[in-house]
Amino acid sequence: MSITIEANCPECDAPVQPARRPLAGEILRCTQCSVELEVTSTEPFRLELAPEVEEDWGE
Amino acid sequence: MQIAMLHTRLRTEERLLLDAFESLGVNVKLVDLRTVVFDPSDPGAWARVDLALDRCVSLTASTTAVQVLEHFGVRCVNSSRTIEVCSDKLSTTLALARAQLPMPAVRVATGREAGLEAIESIGYPVVLKPTVGSWGRLVARVNDRDAAEAILEHRDTLGSVRQKIIYAQEHVDKPGRDLRVFVVGGIAVAAIGRRSEHWVTNTARGATAESVDLTSDLRALSQQAAQSVGADLCAVDLLECPRRGLLINELNHSMEFRNSIDTTGIDIPRLVAEHVVSLAGATHQGVSA
Ligand SMILES: Nc1ncnc2c1ncn2[C@@H]1O[C@H](COP(=O)(O)OP(=O)(O)O)[C@@H](O)[C@H]1O
Ligand SMILES: [Mg+2]
Ligand SMILES: [Zn+2]
Repeated sequence: MSITIEANCPECDAPVQPARRPLAGEILRCTQCSVELEVTSTEPFRLELAPEVEEDWGE
Repeated sequence: MQIAMLHTRLRTEERLLLDAFESLGVNVKLVDLRTVVFDPSDPGAWARVDLALDRCVSLTASTTAVQVLEHFGVRCVNSSRTIEVCSDKLSTTLALARAQLPMPAVRVATGREAGLEAIESIGYPVVLKPTVGSWGRLVARVNDRDAAEAILEHRDTLGSVRQKIIYAQEHVDKPGRDLRVFVVGGIAVAAIGRRSEHWVTNTARGATAESVDLTSDLRALSQQAAQSVGADLCAVDLLECPRRGLLINELNHSMEFRNSIDTTGIDIPRLVAEHVVSLAGATHQGVSA
């Protein structure tokens, strides 16, 4: 049985379906409103607004 | 063999790396540093880890974890020393100077008065940047004394104490792009140009990647730069100066590469994964021997 992984965007409520099996901590983008979302849990699949970029972030 | 990947948020790069490790048949343990507590006197499960690959977007998380892990004897990529040198533009400048590698002229000062003198001894336009920073943030081109004085005053009154370090660099009149060379295990493996209408050409700021030839000069210089900071992996950013040729601008110890794979046709995550596995293999043998 295939299950659909889906949650709603906390910003615009659009359904968000990851293209592949999500990982905790992964960043996804809402296709509707473009906001950055972070996967905070995979079972159950949960999304939160990704934190704002901080001063010490980078590459 | 046990490899851990240290992370905070997982970017496209980390997913690509995980896929690459998987295709090599190597299982990598994901470690979200936001959930970890270290006991400096008890390595616990870390004792069995052969190598930790640092892929944190947060520099604070990286430096903290890598410091403790090296104390436990875990081989870290990059090392704490390399992270320290690459993450601070002044330390990078000193390492490049020690290795006598070409770079834009730099003056460093603390305080407003000496800061202005540093700027004027280079001559306008001059580039000011925070010594610790990334993605082109707060990098400023200053064209005259009015602007210089304004920035120095803002830094003095609004900035953090770190902002009191005035790192002034000669502005290089580059041809609408800078160059980035990926160095893996001491070998330059791919190069891109980062092109933008704006003089700041970070891809995080909207610049696009274009393919460039990895010439022998570019290769040699990038490899020397990587060696000067002891990097296992890094991206070397260079500026093409019309007068002096290739100049090294900075080194990135935890490079992003998602826009560079299609452009170069080089499977950068695969090469990184292979190198990391070979380093972990060497450590593992050392332990069991
Ligand atoms: N001295 C300079 N002359 C010309 N362009 C520069 C100079 N310094 C930085 N830049 C431009 O600004 C970008 C960001 O600067 P950089 O020193 O790499 O800081 P960051 O660590 O934020 O990426 C560079 O990629 C380059 O396009
Ligand atoms: Mg840069
Ligand atoms: Zn949305």
